[in-house]
Amino acid sequence: MAVKFDKVSDGEWALDVTGYVCPHPQMYTKKALQKMGSGDVLTLLFDNPSSGESIIAMCESEGNELFERSEDGTPFTWKIRKG
Amino acid sequence: MSTDNCATAIKVEPGHALLAHKGGFSALMILVLVGIASWIALSIDERFIYMLVYAWFGVIYGLLLQYGRFCMASAVRDLFAVGVPRMAVGMLIAVILFSLTAAAVTVSGYSTFHPHPLGWHILIGGLIFGFGIMFTGGCASGSLYKTGEGNVGSLLVVISISFSQAVFAVLGGWTNALAPASWAESAMEKGMPEELSVTDGWFDQFTAGYVWDLHGTTVAEWLNMTNVWVGAFIGNALLSAIIPSLLLVVGLYFFSYRKGYLRRHKLQHGSFNDDLRGLWSMLTSSKNTALAGLGLGVFAGAHMWATGALRDHYQIFNFGELLEKMGYTSAVSIQGTVFDPGYWYITTQEAQWGGWVLDKLGFQMTDNVFFGLENGLPNPLLNAPGMMSIGIILGAAMLALVRREFKFKLPDMEAATFAIVGGILMGIGARVGMGCNVGAFFAAVTNGDMSGWIFLFGMAAGGFVGVKLFNMYFEWKASRNDEFAL
Repeated sequence: MAVKFDKVSDGEWALDVTGYVCPHPQMYTKKALQKMGSGDVLTLLFDNPSSGESIIAMCESEGNELFERSEDGTPFTWKIRKG
Repeated sequence: MSTDNCATAIKVEPGHALLAHKGGFSALMILVLVGIASWIALSIDERFIYMLVYAWFGVIYGLLLQYGRFCMASAVRDLFAVGVPRMAVGMLIAVILFSLTAAAVTVSGYSTFHPHPLGWHILIGGLIFGFGIMFTGGCASGSLYKTGEGNVGSLLVVISISFSQAVFAVLGGWTNALAPASWAESAMEKGMPEELSVTDGWFDQFTAGYVWDLHGTTVAEWLNMTNVWVGAFIGNALLSAIIPSLLLVVGLYFFSYRKGYLRRHKLQHGSFNDDLRGLWSMLTSSKNTALAGLGLGVFAGAHMWATGALRDHYQIFNFGELLEKMGYTSAVSIQGTVFDPGYWYITTQEAQWGGWVLDKLGFQMTDNVFFGLENGLPNPLLNAPGMMSIGIILGAAMLALVRREFKFKLPDMEAATFAIVGGILMGIGARVGMGCNVGAFFAAVTNGDMSGWIFLFGMAAGGFVGVKLFNMYFEWKASRNDEFAL
């Protein structure tokens, strides 16, 4: 089990934190977003449901746009555009 | 698409589709099994209804906790670690609602609540507990519902809390040196039966020589509110729970939400009306959490009422009396009692699980105040609040299965170490503070016992230190991963 954070292409990043539980997914997401540029898109893969609620709130308060959410069970695939 | 309408992107499946998949069937099977187990219990003795009330309310709590991803550890942790107040807000909504339902139960005469003795131990217990929960990833209730989601790391936390409390409550020998002589003297004066050996063991001396000399009170008693309605609704609900909660909500808004809200809505200086809208936006930013808070507040009150009504029906003060009448005499303490708070509570029954296992392994577990005099050591099948904890796991499992979120997750060595060490700290903190974030905080402040706010303050301070340490560890770990090195 290891965190995978990769630059897929220009402006596109992927973070895989499956297997991790609170607070790791939300903390890695915050850190990944810090590293990205404004307008970049992060594809986030995680499977800890409670982290999702925190990530939604984090995006909202920091002005990042959560524009795609898969809701058909774990692992979740979410896409976030950095504001 | 703006951030506010991101919810429109959710794919919503109709209810029948959710139930049609394999997880839905498994959830149904759990429900059927709980039903069958309840029927068997009632057919053995209908007085087991008392225990089933705990079990079924546990199932409801489990459903609500999983629905709202409701974990009080994250109320503190997410606030300090990632600046997210959603869980702290959800928790305060639950406090406000439960204070009102608890007041109604008090007026009905069925309240089972007793205020906690007030002393430094509440602050210290909160500090240790709050520090511990930063490493386990969940509070005591959170660990139960996450166990229901298939998280084996959370199960490790539950096991760790259970055994650490049990050992902490009975440990003698070298721990005696840590207790002041005045505690031993005071404990001796209580004239307890010799078999309890109250002067042997730190926790025994702490309980009999320190805590028993303290007094606790509710706001209604403190302000001499003789009218039961005024005492319950004005003293215990409004003054003890609602006003402090609203002040905290406003504080959370100004410290962790307002800036982002104004920026998102391109407002330079927020007017009073902007702030009101901002507050509402914060309260409703996580609808699941807010709704779970509402539900927990209402059902926690209903639970207390149901238990109080059953005590009245059976003319008992404690489930131990009913167990003895049913012939289960070995489960109870020497005064015929077992742990039976009558409301949502988590840690003491876990201590009993650990204590029962150690007892069966041949350790002497009843020569102490905690098990021997107060809480008894019932078989887990006769442990009423324990059934509530099992209910929480099963309720959460059902909803997680329906939502396709159930997944067996084994912890790696790092997560397992955090779970065990954090769980030990949580267990010690819960015993020193006389409860966890539910028993020592949530159930206390909502029933007019302000000592709960002291526990919360300790828990937040311990959590703050824990988050700082965890952050240092996290940064160190991230710096070893090239991609994360900033």
